[in-house]
Amino acid sequence: MGEVQRGPEQRKRFVGKYIFSVDHKVIGRQFYFLALFAALVAMLLSWVMRLHLGWPNVQLPLLSTLSPAGAPGGVLTPEYYLSLLTIHGTLMIFFVLTVAPQAGFGNFLLPLQLGAREMALPRLNMLSFWTTFAALGVLLSTFFISDGPPITGWTAYAPLSAAGSITGPGEGMGQSLWILAIALFCLGAVLGSVNFIATTLGSRARGMTLHCLPLTCWAWFLTAVMILLSFAVLLAACLLLMMDRVGGTSFFLPAGMVISGDLIHRGGGAPLLWQHLFWFFGHPEVYITILPAMGIISHILSCFSRKPAFGYQSMIYSMMAIGFLSFMVWGHHMFVSGMNPYTGFAFAVLTMAIAVPSAVTIFDWLGTMWGGKLRFTTSMLFAIGFVSVFVTGGLSGLFLAQPPLDVYLHDTYFVIAHLHMIMGLAGTFAIFAGTYFWFPKMFGRMMSELLGKMHFWLTFIGAYAIFMPMHFLGFEGNPRRYAALTDNFLKPLIPMHRFITIAALITGAAQLLFVSNFFWSMFRGEKAPDNPWEGTSLEWTVSSPPPPENFSGGTPVIYHGPYEYGVPGSEKDYVMQNSPEKIAGG
Amino acid sequence: MGLAIAVVLTLITAVSVSLISAHFWWFPVDVATHGPAIDHLFTLTFIFTGAIFVLAQLGLAYLIWRYRDRGQGGKATYLHEPAMLQVTWTLIALILFVGLAFMGHRTWAHMHYTGAQPGALRIEVWGEQFAWYFRYPGPDGRFGPIHPSLMDDSMGNYLGLDRPHDQASKDDIVTATLGIPADRPVQLILRSKDVIHSFFVPELRMKQDLVPGMEMPIHFTATEDALNHDGGRYEIVCTQLCGMGHYKMRAFLQVMTEKKFEQWLKQEAAMQ
Repeated sequence: MGEVQRGPEQRKRFVGKYIFSVDHKVIGRQFYFLALFAALVAMLLSWVMRLHLGWPNVQLPLLSTLSPAGAPGGVLTPEYYLSLLTIHGTLMIFFVLTVAPQAGFGNFLLPLQLGAREMALPRLNMLSFWTTFAALGVLLSTFFISDGPPITGWTAYAPLSAAGSITGPGEGMGQSLWILAIALFCLGAVLGSVNFIATTLGSRARGMTLHCLPLTCWAWFLTAVMILLSFAVLLAACLLLMMDRVGGTSFFLPAGMVISGDLIHRGGGAPLLWQHLFWFFGHPEVYITILPAMGIISHILSCFSRKPAFGYQSMIYSMMAIGFLSFMVWGHHMFVSGMNPYTGFAFAVLTMAIAVPSAVTIFDWLGTMWGGKLRFTTSMLFAIGFVSVFVTGGLSGLFLAQPPLDVYLHDTYFVIAHLHMIMGLAGTFAIFAGTYFWFPKMFGRMMSELLGKMHFWLTFIGAYAIFMPMHFLGFEGNPRRYAALTDNFLKPLIPMHRFITIAALITGAAQLLFVSNFFWSMFRGEKAPDNPWEGTSLEWTVSSPPPPENFSGGTPVIYHGPYEYGVPGSEKDYVMQNSPEKIAGG
Repeated sequence: MGLAIAVVLTLITAVSVSLISAHFWWFPVDVATHGPAIDHLFTLTFIFTGAIFVLAQLGLAYLIWRYRDRGQGGKATYLHEPAMLQVTWTLIALILFVGLAFMGHRTWAHMHYTGAQPGALRIEVWGEQFAWYFRYPGPDGRFGPIHPSLMDDSMGNYLGLDRPHDQASKDDIVTATLGIPADRPVQLILRSKDVIHSFFVPELRMKQDLVPGMEMPIHFTATEDALNHDGGRYEIVCTQLCGMGHYKMRAFLQVMTEKKFEQWLKQEAAMQ
């Protein structure tokens, strides 16, 4: 399919231009705003959960308005706590961490960085966004049905999620809507990934060989391949789960179950099958969220270190290795599930193996900074923060990768700490770094560096204050997904939970700095020049924001690799990819 | 700015490492014979990851401080791909990480590749929303068959036993506490009536899911020392999200001397 022919921009109606647009730049921003909205909702939910954990009887009058049954008198019920954690996890993992780095930045930047006028399949792209939008609507609609959102967490383990409303509140309509939302999301993600693959392989400018691609493009491309392979499996799993709920099948329901005193007349299914299917998606998903982040961070670190990305090739090979191995490690989520223990060992070795390319990427980032001339913009600060939390979160993974240790730590707060460090924080830090970096290009104005730096310091220190103590809760054996701490051995941990809650409230409030900076700068910020950070890739060769056709003077021709910073003998300290200037060794 | 980040990174590293090495918040006492091996593996992993943590965070701090742009003009070092260096550290990482996996393997094999010793005390552990039940086979050493259609909590037939008709069920003992003797191998057979639960006793360093439709055997031996802490009473908690009452699904493990255990079991049998 070729590029879409468009009439003069002025004649386009508002709806066609900003809502049902096929322009990748609009769609990218739409995805970004969708993720921003989801992140704010998810953060508010985490506030409510944290408050409840610190002070179980705290009254939040607003909450009883939202759900009189879930929070009678403003005090959260245990089941509504589980509903909130389900939606928090689902929003963050699917609608924020999967959407913003890949569909958000990726859509906006991929054609710009490849030197293309548009994504290869613009209409599919629009469909991808609106499918994702519908998925978000369906997910949030669970707040407004009498049943409330489901209580099974973002992993929706069967049979809790499969046997219907008998298993608990939220397990009727709420769980069905959740499955529908995830199925729609899978569809949207797969449509988007096809487009990313087609664009990367088919729409590159002349001279843009695979060895000239910015690492961001490599990351988006590899992630798209992973999405295609893994979200398709989740889609199938969701259909099976839905069939168990409404079609009378028994994929995940074994014989002889007695729930709340009622014998369930099904049989022949396997609860572990859901876990295998879910984690076959779920582990690649972790890397689906983090690979684009790795690309973004490599890109930004190189720019603000004024130095070529150290180990450009090894970064690509590492990302490929991570992508490949990520499909072979899902069993490390299942060491205590009842899976064959010999399989457990195999998954342990493969998991340790995936730590190797991950470690190589860290070496590469440190190597990029080594010998550089570091410019501490807000974007750079978040990139540095990313490296720090990625190291911390990666190392706690070495505990969880060993089955005998995982047996103790599994489903404790140690896991919460690990996944938030490596996925939540690393992912959001990359989104922040990317936002401060590309905001000028996306909206044509600069963000306030002062507010940005305040935002960074509060977020970085706050993040460690929230999540470092959660490792200690894990040592003490504090199980996750507990609505209240009533066990004797957990009661002494309540002060620690209160500390975490306070840290979370402050860190969360600091995000208001970001939001206000974002919207203020969008309308009032200083006008952005074409290339404010002195970057080398193609998005900086066009105006900020770019014209509708991206490259007004025809498609560019590429002469250099993406990270020619500090080139000896060159006039400036950077050589842009489309500069015909000859450089030594370039 | 470079100095500020370097200082903050150093502080975060120092605080984290000192809180962990001071054991302010730490693992509970360990009362299973397989525990020391796990704790040893934990210690090794702490040392290993701790060293990398300190090196990486301080390395990052150093680089940030050392290579900050001092505004003196000039260019950064122009460097792309030092291949030898990269091959070297990839190999080092490979050997270290995969080595760690193999070290953990011995402990895992010991716990899971072999069954319980012959003569181990066999106990069924049952989970339901949101309670635990434990079944002892009684003098005949056999568990009677389970009839899901007979399960009725209100009648006290939690596990669906047909005592009038099934010989093996007659002497089965169903309890609400998991009583075990110290210093004797125990095999637990984990089963669930409804959804997935997980059996976790932090002091045993043990966790295993209870999956409906499956029977999951695990085995351990409580040490003599288990009698000395908290009167030998340890909390059993559910660690797999099982519904609204998940957080209060709890029972107790009571470790006793062999003699006391026999007495206790007799008392429980009399109450069936």
